[in-house]
Order: sequence, then structure tokens, then C-alpha cells
Amino acid sequence: MQKKIIYLRDTDSAQQDRINDFYTLFSNELRDANLQEPVQLVKIADIGLYEKGITVKILPENIVYSGIKNTDVKRIVEETIKGNKIIKELLYEKKSKQMRAVLKNCGYIDPESLEDYIAAGGYKALIKVLLEMKPENVVEELKKSGLRGRGGAGYPTWMKWNFARGMNSPEKYVICNGDEGDPGAYMDRSVLEGDPHSVLEGMIIAGYTIGSSKGYFYIRAEYPLAVERVQKAIDQAVSAGLLGNNILGSNFNFELEIRLGAGAFVCGEETALIASIEGKRGTPHPRPPYPSVKGLWGKPTIINNVETLANIPKLIAGGGAKFASVGTEKSKGTKVFALTGKVKNSGLVEVPMGITLREIIFDIGGGILNNRAIKAVQTGGPSGGVIPQEFLDTPVDYENLSKLGSIMGSGGMIAIDETDCLVDLAKFYLKFCVDESCGKCAPCRLGGYQLLRILEKISEGNGELEDLNKLKKISYAMQKASLCGLGQSASNPVFSTIRYFEDEYKKHIVEKKCQAGKCKALIYFKIHPQKCKKCGLCMKNCPSSAILGSREAGYVIDPQKCIKCGVCFDVCKFKAVMKE
Amino acid sequence: MYKMVEAKINGITVEVKEGTTVMEAAKKVQIKIPTLCKHPDLPPSAACGLCIVKVKGSNKMLRACCTPLEDKMEITTNDPDIVEVRKTVLELILSNHPNDCLKCGRNGNCELQSMASDFGIREDVFRKFLRDIPIDSTTGTIVLEPPKCILCGRCIEVCQNMQNVWALSFLERGLDTRISPAGDIKLSESPCVKCGQCSAHCPTGAIFEKDDTQLVWDALKNQDKYCVIQIAPAVRVAIGEAFGVVGKNLTKKLYALFRRLGFKAVFDTNFGADVTIMEEASEFAERLIHKKGELPLITSCCPSWVDFMEKFHSDMINHFSTCKSPHEIVGTLSKTYYAKKNGIDPAKIYMVSIMPCTSKKYEITRSDEMFASGFQDIDVAITTRELARMIKQAGIDFMNLPDEEADSLLGDYTGAGVIFGATGGVMEAALRTAYNFITGKELEDVNFVKTRGLEFIKEAEIDINGTKIKIAVAHGLSHVEEVLDRVRQAKKEGREIPYHFIEVMACPGGCVGGGGQPYNVTDSLRLKRAAAIYQDDKDKAIRCSHNNPYVQKLYKDFLGKPLGEQAHKLCHTEYKARPIYIR
Repeated sequence: MQKKIIYLRDTDSAQQDRINDFYTLFSNELRDANLQEPVQLVKIADIGLYEKGITVKILPENIVYSGIKNTDVKRIVEETIKGNKIIKELLYEKKSKQMRAVLKNCGYIDPESLEDYIAAGGYKALIKVLLEMKPENVVEELKKSGLRGRGGAGYPTWMKWNFARGMNSPEKYVICNGDEGDPGAYMDRSVLEGDPHSVLEGMIIAGYTIGSSKGYFYIRAEYPLAVERVQKAIDQAVSAGLLGNNILGSNFNFELEIRLGAGAFVCGEETALIASIEGKRGTPHPRPPYPSVKGLWGKPTIINNVETLANIPKLIAGGGAKFASVGTEKSKGTKVFALTGKVKNSGLVEVPMGITLREIIFDIGGGILNNRAIKAVQTGGPSGGVIPQEFLDTPVDYENLSKLGSIMGSGGMIAIDETDCLVDLAKFYLKFCVDESCGKCAPCRLGGYQLLRILEKISEGNGELEDLNKLKKISYAMQKASLCGLGQSASNPVFSTIRYFEDEYKKHIVEKKCQAGKCKALIYFKIHPQKCKKCGLCMKNCPSSAILGSREAGYVIDPQKCIKCGVCFDVCKFKAVMKE
Repeated sequence: MYKMVEAKINGITVEVKEGTTVMEAAKKVQIKIPTLCKHPDLPPSAACGLCIVKVKGSNKMLRACCTPLEDKMEITTNDPDIVEVRKTVLELILSNHPNDCLKCGRNGNCELQSMASDFGIREDVFRKFLRDIPIDSTTGTIVLEPPKCILCGRCIEVCQNMQNVWALSFLERGLDTRISPAGDIKLSESPCVKCGQCSAHCPTGAIFEKDDTQLVWDALKNQDKYCVIQIAPAVRVAIGEAFGVVGKNLTKKLYALFRRLGFKAVFDTNFGADVTIMEEASEFAERLIHKKGELPLITSCCPSWVDFMEKFHSDMINHFSTCKSPHEIVGTLSKTYYAKKNGIDPAKIYMVSIMPCTSKKYEITRSDEMFASGFQDIDVAITTRELARMIKQAGIDFMNLPDEEADSLLGDYTGAGVIFGATGGVMEAALRTAYNFITGKELEDVNFVKTRGLEFIKEAEIDINGTKIKIAVAHGLSHVEEVLDRVRQAKKEGREIPYHFIEVMACPGGCVGGGGQPYNVTDSLRLKRAAAIYQDDKDKAIRCSHNNPYVQKLYKDFLGKPLGEQAHKLCHTEYKARPIYIR
């Protein structure tokens, strides 16, 4: 029997010091309960829930109670810890708007156990494919399912596979693209770490379908646990006869190998990824020829994203029609998003296509932190765009997001509230793209840099109206003239923020004001003499000695010395420090 | 049979082979799509982003350089929208390029400069930011100036794929991307063989031949110097391109030019080529008949090839002809034979070589044997491109100069001497003489057409006295290794070696396509230059080196016998294995 652990956390941001009282309460109750086995009580820094009151998570059962009151502590110890009974009314209810298909096993099975995966229905699809289906049947099912690539572009998976299947070549390859690089995105990582066999199974089915006997996992080296678990899964599958020669007596041979990405974002682009596996410099190449015609080592190759492949086993086992019953007309199935930003419950969410942004942000995400107003949602990572709050009721699918000037991308989703500055946001993403540009093609390499320079100029208060035209001009040229998806979409954050928030740019440029208070050069701190109680806390905390004065005379901020760190603003208990 | 596709470009119907790119197809209907990275000689690298076009039915713009034309496509290559994007991209490229045009070697023939002119660029629209990367002039042959690089990738394509040398590569990424030898070492420490193909393909001044013209001007000004000059075979058929004339042999105008520039004697490298043949054909006959030394014999007049062999294929040293290259022979002889005959102090002779080649700048101090006369045999080697600049600087109406002849003793050449400039030429010249040396008879037909043309590996069989002599001719270093591997494989397996004689030239097309030749070289241009060379051969009364009366006189009066003691001392060299990387 595993040792019991109680994780304790106050998920309300407004309350202070309450957690220690609960810690004492729990310790006392545990002590009084005369338990046979010791129970570990831990105050943890994050439990994955927000604004849900005092929350505990009890391991190994993984029971989560939220909104606990003082009076509940005794009950929890008595009934759950001692009696192994779940108290239903305290249980944290998971939002039902999620639909877990890809993430179904994650967190529920031991990712290092083949038996667990099989017990959860794993490798049934492979058996079905190998024993009952011809490659063309698999393609047929995929076509029925309407599954589209989850890596970003949303290319129909069946078409990709069918192209490669139709190529007459003794050697073909299957590649799993696990080079997830969008800042804040960890969908693929969770699947690779939490359910590696599902991706393996998807790859073996892909290999069978296109007539390939060799596959590569391309996983970024920054995911050591994913690499370890995938390798373990490969080894297990080999021992179990699920990989290797004559798989399950079907005469089908397939082997898998891991290749590590060396940290270049652009290597998630398929032609750059192929170059990287081949040991060459990871730069994109012109398409056509597409990889399905001429890919790795010049042979027909399909490259699928982790999430796409993880969808395959369930899709095959349940049939394409069943898969297609979820979603919108052109976007089927579910999509995993990494929900972050100013949302109360951040984390991975898996939702059916067609759900609205509002449902994701408010019903699943619990709304905006501190109940502030939402301003926009950013989707698609650095290649994506912002969608202002008036479009929150848009159903999420490939077409709708792209109509709004953003993309599905691999599934990043960031809630933006009134304290976020759009110029600053565009700058952040652009900086990422400038850093990650491979440098091969001029529009991306130089366009991105010039955009960044102009954005910096604007956020420093030196912008001119002409700069807006320059931003548009460069963004357009990058979109049209760049070679690969990275370059073509690198200007999207600028494009879409200007599209919806041109006024905010103009405020920066004309009025030299950043309403969100993010652009340091455009904000000033001042001490309101009437509100100031002359306590001196601000001066004590100022790191740059910019606050002058005394308890008698009161305090003022020397704008020359002020570094706009905001410490005075934060420490003042009387709201006498003002930001403008 | 190729499949044909029919499409419309700017409304004009065009029918091309399947696989033809939009850019190539457009050219067929007189539409020029701008590009800075696509060189007609090289596969597309898709780096610059200027060649974008619109395809009906797509809201993307596609790159014409690497998009194959598809059936029924409707392409627009030019509208205000496209021009605006192109101009923006060009302005972006210029924001990262120094405005150094006035003091740049490519001033006036820079592709970026003329593109800026075509697009009417009048200001720096975007904030200028330049890269601070040191200039690398360590090889003494080509100069790498990375701040001027627009990262088109041509040099890398040339260095890695055309030449298989891999001295240059891209380092870093994003804004920090730059061309450099791997590991950020100096070019002189890298595998670079100085062929200069990178400099001949560079669209800007980022890779440029080391300019030695000032050395020549200084020597000409110096009263103590007795300046003499020689020109290589390939120079005479390419120099006209700098003056708008393609494929014309300008030998006699060059002779006149050199005298006007102030040279006291005008020689011809072709004479040296005739001497090279005397030695090399003798070597071949020795190895074939007397079994002195290994076969196949491999030619060695290309210094980049020599460097490549010493670095990568030193196991082949024994196969190498020890004979020096033609211009080195003329250099040695000018400071010995010529000096003696004319009573000139050899210390005062200043020998200038005009070469199609950047590597010759390296060769002139390559080893001790390059000082066989007791002095540096060649004082300076300059390229065809440098000569063109000198002509313009001197204010000479070159194309209208009268014809003149070279100075005797080291100036008269045969048809065999001039064809050294084209791939297969050395082989052909050597066979003409070897046949005589082995059989004692003259060939009835001296034309070996099988060794001519641009096929990268050419093979032929010649019957000499009942022996089937098997030869191979390779050019472009990436193709040489295939031939060498065949030899190695046969040796290893104890089979009969597939060749008796191999000619190698580092540059595609041989010296006519040399790294120091005028820009914009393509296969059609290489063929035109070569055609002018073969015409010169055809027009010559004497077409075999051993029949050159001045060569005969040289041996009689001075050198003695081919491979003899004096000949060996002055006309031969040695090879040694060299490290690929110097650390």
C-alpha cells in the first residue's frame, strides 16, 4: 500500500495566511485520528486549480476536494483518510465541457506500462488494422473521419497518407513530429509523457498504411522524460512483438527510432525537420516536392504531429464515422489546447471542435483572474493572432480562426485581459520569431527584425504614425514572400493586433500612453499628496532611491531616478502611488 | 519522352517540359523575374524571396525559382502588389547591407546594386543595421567579407555540392546567420582549395578575388623592373565579356594591350602548355612503356585540383604528373632561358600571369619548386576580372586595338597549347604528342572529340601501337572522386586499372569556367568560350606541341631532353599530403 499524501493549497488569491490555519487543523486532526500508517501533509505552491477556495488533493487516490471549510477537515480525515470513502459534496467537479479523447489515458494509466495501455483498450486498433484491414481501408476510415493535421495547418490526414501510399518506392518513412516549440504549449509533451503507446500505435498503423517499415520520433531534447518514456515504450513494443519483423504474424515489419531535436523552433517545419534528421542544417526547403513524394533521404515520407497520431488508434477502433460525429462540418474530433494567460484555471484542455472560445475561457477556464474584463484571446502560438472579445462566441475550428486572422496552430490559447498591452504582446511573439528564424530567407530574417525594432520604438514612446504603415508593409511582405510557414506567419501577431487594436497602437504613438501600463517608457508613477499617509514604506522599498522626502514633508518620486519597477505601487497600502 | 505542360504566364501561353520552374518558363516568353539568389548555373536555394509570383486560385505568392510550372496554371509575374512586396523585400535586404558601393570591388557589376537601381531605391526606408564580422583574406586568393553577404547561399551550393570541398557553410541562425568555414576558423585553415567558384557566383562583393592589380601598377612604374607578362588560354576567350563581346578570341589585342600598358615582353602561357605536354607526354610514355611509375597518370596543371588531391586524396600522389603548370614553366623560363638569351638580369624580371583562376595566386608560392629559377618564378597572378578593371583604368579602347604578335622564345604556341583552357584539352594535347613519342608517327586526325564537351566524366579509348589506351576526363571536383574511386576499387580488387591517363580540372568546364573569369557563367557561356578555343586550335598550322619550333629550340638550346636533368629541375614539382584542417 502506497503512503498517503495530502496536498494542501489555498487557491484564492485574495486571502492571506489562511493556509497555515488549515495546515494546523489538518495536523491536529491527523494526530488525533490515531492512524496506523503515517500520512504526509504538504503545503504546495500550485495545485492546478484557481479561485476554488481551500483545496486538497489526496494521493494515491487522486481525490480532489475544493472549497473546504474549517468544519470539513475532521470529516475528510475521518471518512476519506481513515475510512477510504469519498465525500461527494466536497469533490471538485471537472467541467463537463471537455471531451477527453487524446488525453483520455493521460494521468490515468501508468505511461511506463504496456499492460496498462492494453488494459485501457490499447493496440486493439493495430490488431484490427493488421488482421482485418487493407491499407486502403485505413485511408477510407481516415477520410470518413475528417481528421486533419493537429500540428497547425490542418491538412487532411487521409490525403497525406494516401499520397505516400500511392508512391511506388521500396523505402518510405513515417515521422512523428514532437518538436513542440510554441511558448507555453505542452500538448504533445503531455501525450508523449502520459500515453506514449498511443502515439506508437498511431505510427505503426501509419507505417502499415503507407507501406513503410521505418519510423522516426523527432522529439525535442528539452523533453527528456518524453524521450525516456517513448524509448521505454518502443522497447516494450519490441519485446511484445508489436514492433519489429512480422508484427502479430501479419508479415508487416516496422521499426522505430528516436531522433532528438537540438532546440531550433524551425525544425518543427517539416522540410527543416527532415533536414535535421538527415544530419543537415535545419532549414526549410522549397515545396514541392512535398515530403509525401520526396521526403527523408529522398523517399516518400509522412510527417504527423503527436496529437494527430494519438488520435489514430481511437479513430480506427471506433470507426471514422464515430470520430466524425464530433466537431463542425470541416473540423472533426477534439482538439487539445494549452490554456494559459489571465485565466483562472490554466492547463491542458481537450474540447470538441466547434466549442466557442467563450466556453473554453469561462466555462472551462473559470473566467479571467480577479474577474477583470477579457480583452482578447491569442491562439496559435507565435504564428497565430489575437481574437478580440467581441468574437468570443465564434465556434473554434480551422476555418473560423483563420477567418478571424488567427490560426488553430498546435493549440496554444492565451487569455488576454485589460492589463495586457497588445503592442507588448506583439513584441513578445516577434522577439521569439526573430530568435527562432533560421536565417535562410530574407523576408523572415530581416523583416522580423525590422518589425521588432519598430515595435520597440513605439513602446519606448518614439513611434510615429508612419511606423504603422511600415509595420503593415513589412508584415505583408513577410507573409507573401517568406519560404516556410514560420516566416509566412511570423508577422501574424503584428497583423492581427493592428487589425483589431489599431487604436491602442495609436495611443502609444500619438498620446504616448500605454493604457495597460505595460510599456515602461510610457508610464509614470506619482504619489498623490492627499492620499499619502507619509508612512515611508515606498521610500524604504524603492530599489533605485528615486523616492525623496521625509515623514514630515511627505514623499515625491524623482522621475529621473525612477526605474518604473512598480514596487512603490505594490507596497503602498493607501493606494497613494498612482500609475499613469 | 517528356511530359509537357501548358500554362499561361501573364496571359501568354507557354508550353514546357514537366518540372520546368516558373522562372525558366517565363524566360521562354521574354519575362524576366527578378532574383538575387537563383544563379542560372545552380539549383535554386530559395533564399531571397524576390521572385514571388501570383498563381490564379491561390492567395499565396509562390517563388518562381523553385515552383514547377503545372498544367493549366495561370501565373501573374508582375502587378503593383507583387512589385510592392518585392520592393519591400529588397529594402529589407538593403537595410542589412553596407552602402559601400563606391569602394566595393563589385561596383558596377553587383547584382544587388543593379536590382536596387531597377527598383528605383532612393533611400534607406528601414533602419540600417550592419553586421560586424571580420574580413577573412587569409588564403591570399579570395577575400570573404561577410557584412556584404546577402545569404543567397550560392557560394555554399558551389563549395559543397559543385566542388564537394565543404570549406564554406552557414553558421548560426536568424540574424546571426553568416557564411564561414565550419567551426569559425579562417579560410586558410579550412579545406578551401581556392578554386574561387564562390567568388565567381557571388551576387555582391561578399566574396571577391584578392585584388593584386596595384602590385602590377607598382611594378610597371618601377624603372628597375623588367615587366613581362603571359596570358592563360582561357583568358583570351572570356575577357571580351567585360566589353560586351561573348565567345571571341582576343589574343592579339591582348598582346597589343600589354605593350601599351608598358610590358617589355609579352609571352603566352600556351607556350608553357606546349612544354608541359612535352614533359607530361614523356612521363606518360615512360610509365606506359618502361613501367617507371604508376598508371594511371593524372594531370596536375590545375592548382585547386592539386590542393584538393593533397588534402583529400594524398594516396594518389604517385599517380600525379610531376610536371609544373604551364604558367609556372613560362615563369621559370622567363627568368632563366629568356633572361640568358637576352642578357637581362633575372632579378629585374617581374613576371605577371593573367589567369582565369584565383588558385594561381596560391600556386605561385605553393612550394619551393615555384622558385626554381632562383627567384619567385611568377611575381603576381591576376585574374581575368582584375585584368578587365586594369584595362578600363588605363583608358584603353581595348576592343579597337590593332592586332599584335607575342614576343618570340616564349610566345608562340600550337593548337595543343591553347586547348588547355577547356575541359579535355590537356588530355587531347597530351595524346597528340604521346602518340608521337610512343609510335614515332604523327596522328592523322588530331581531333579527339570524345574528350570535348561538358559531360562531367568523359571516357574514351585510343589505340596507340596496338595498346588500347583508356582515358578519363573529369571536371568539377565533385565528379573527380567518382573516377578516383573506380581506380581505387580496381586496385583493391586486383583488377586491371580502368584508366591509363586521367585529366582533372577543378572548375566545371575547365579553365574557361574558372573562378577568376567574368561573372554570370552558365553552361552555354562555357561552351561559347570553349568553342572559341577550339577554333583557335583549328586555325593553327601546327597543332601538336612537339612540333612547335620554339619548343624544339628550347630543348635544343637549353633544357636538353624532356625529363632530363635541367628539365626536371625547372619544370617539375613535388607533392605532399596536407592536412584538411589546420589547427
